Amino acid sequence: MTVAAEPPVHLHRDATGARIGMWLFLFTEILLFGGLFLLYAVYRSQFHADFHFCAGTLDTFMGAVNTAILLTSSLTMVLAVASLEKRSRKHTALFLAATILLGLIFLVNKYFEWSAKFSHGLYPNSEVLEAHTAGENVFYSLYYLMTGLHGLHILIGIVLLAVMFFLVSGKAGRAAKTDEEELDRLHIKVENSGLYWHLVDLIWIFLFPLFYLIT
Amino acid sequence: MNNEKQNPHPFSTYLLIWLGLLVLTGVTVTVAGLNLGNLSVLGAILIAAVKGTLVVLFFMHIKYEDRVFKIMLGVAIITLAVIMVLTFVDTSFR
Repeated sequence: MTVAAEPPVHLHRDATGARIGMWLFLFTEILLFGGLFLLYAVYRSQFHADFHFCAGTLDTFMGAVNTAILLTSSLTMVLAVASLEKRSRKHTALFLAATILLGLIFLVNKYFEWSAKFSHGLYPNSEVLEAHTAGENVFYSLYYLMTGLHGLHILIGIVLLAVMFFLVSGKAGRAAKTDEEELDRLHIKVENSGLYWHLVDLIWIFLFPLFYLIT
Repeated sequence: MNNEKQNPHPFSTYLLIWLGLLVLTGVTVTVAGLNLGNLSVLGAILIAAVKGTLVVLFFMHIKYEDRVFKIMLGVAIITLAVIMVLTFVDTSFR
């Protein structure tokens, strides 16, 4: 970077461009999960009765609780971004920590859900499932694939938000820039991380009724 | 300029949206318990679509974004819809 002598210092920062880039990435995610939803829809129309039966074996209460947890985490995420707009590092860090915590609780619940299914021998290619119908096998394969991929996204989101937490609460790079400038920079990063987190929430909004409710 | 300070979003809007999302979750669970047959599938997907729209518009700020964001999102959704419809046109008539 060259330090220009002219008064208007050019900043290598474009919030709108960064958001467009993030959205382009999110579209690839939408198509990735969209393809899986399509797979679910086609197999559901083929194995109607099996899908109904299997959906009934999932714990609706646990699913609803996890939905509420993710929706709340989306709220804390958006409040983190809003706090940064209000220039409060402390509140931003606090809301980010809350979001991370809720994400972790979601994963713990998921662990118990999967463990319960595993203990009944219901996992892809298990001996129990091999004795069941093809439709039931397809259902559980899709269940593990889609909630698993979604869980992986939660995990990645947690790591991303943890990095944001340290950037917001840390003093890294503050010496080089004015705080106002750094907060602008942080805002772009935190906002785009938020977009990712909301997308993961959005996917769960569709996963929950399709797997847990339509019985 | 890049320094758009964006309309400061009040916390109350977000809280209201969050409450609405929780209520809709309650509604969708209740509706699923009513045994409405094929209508329950439609109902569940409809409610999920409403919830998703709320998240995209308010939490993901699409409501406040430039038109280019809305157009891009529209193209992505239409693309997905076309893929889904064409696939069903194929699989339904085999």
